Amino acid sequence: MPFWIEVIVSLFLLLGAFFALVGSIGLAKLPDFFRRLHGPTKATTLGVGGMILGSMLYFTFLNNELQFQELLITLFLFITAPASAHIVAKAALHLKIQHKAKHTETQDDANAGKKKAKAKAIEKPESNAESAE
Amino acid sequence: MLSNVIVICIAALSLALFLNLYRLIKGPTLPDRILALDTMYINTIALIVLLGILQQSLIFFEAAMLIAMMGFVGTVALSKYLLRGDIIE
Repeated sequence: MPFWIEVIVSLFLLLGAFFALVGSIGLAKLPDFFRRLHGPTKATTLGVGGMILGSMLYFTFLNNELQFQELLITLFLFITAPASAHIVAKAALHLKIQHKAKHTETQDDANAGKKKAKAKAIEKPESNAESAE
Repeated sequence: MLSNVIVICIAALSLALFLNLYRLIKGPTLPDRILALDTMYINTIALIVLLGILQQSLIFFEAAMLIAMMGFVGTVALSKYLLRGDIIE
């Protein structure tokens, strides 16, 4: 196997491992559930995608024929990751998980805020946060 | 060169799996734990792909595919249980 293919495969593998690690650090360190959701669903999926791309290149040049079937895993993960994130977020909303965001606005608060802002623009903006507390 | 890179990648993924395990054990709420399991199976797919490169075998592809499918079904089933109190209505 030529050296430059090893370099490209290594780059893909390192990129994939880096993104998987970043996603897992995000899962471990971020402060509340809805922020933790971002790490695994975006970074880790991209990491596995990069890793599988590297593996595909490696086997293509190892066997001297195109190996497309590993792309199926990437395709499957890219389809299922948003779906599973959506359903986990829905379950968390259903359980009314507490989140630590500063500006918490429900739909009604947002609508009331818009009406209030139309009526008088100089009203103080903290009223939404207080009502949500 | 490639074997060294694979060792580095396995180390990074093992660290990632330990971080997921920490969130799985600590995670204050149930959706946190489900999310940690979800991330764990995705990282496991990456580990198995690395093992396939290390052993130069295409057999591990099927294992990774199966884990991807079963992991998704597991995540959906657990979330559905939290959402509805029942998996199949």
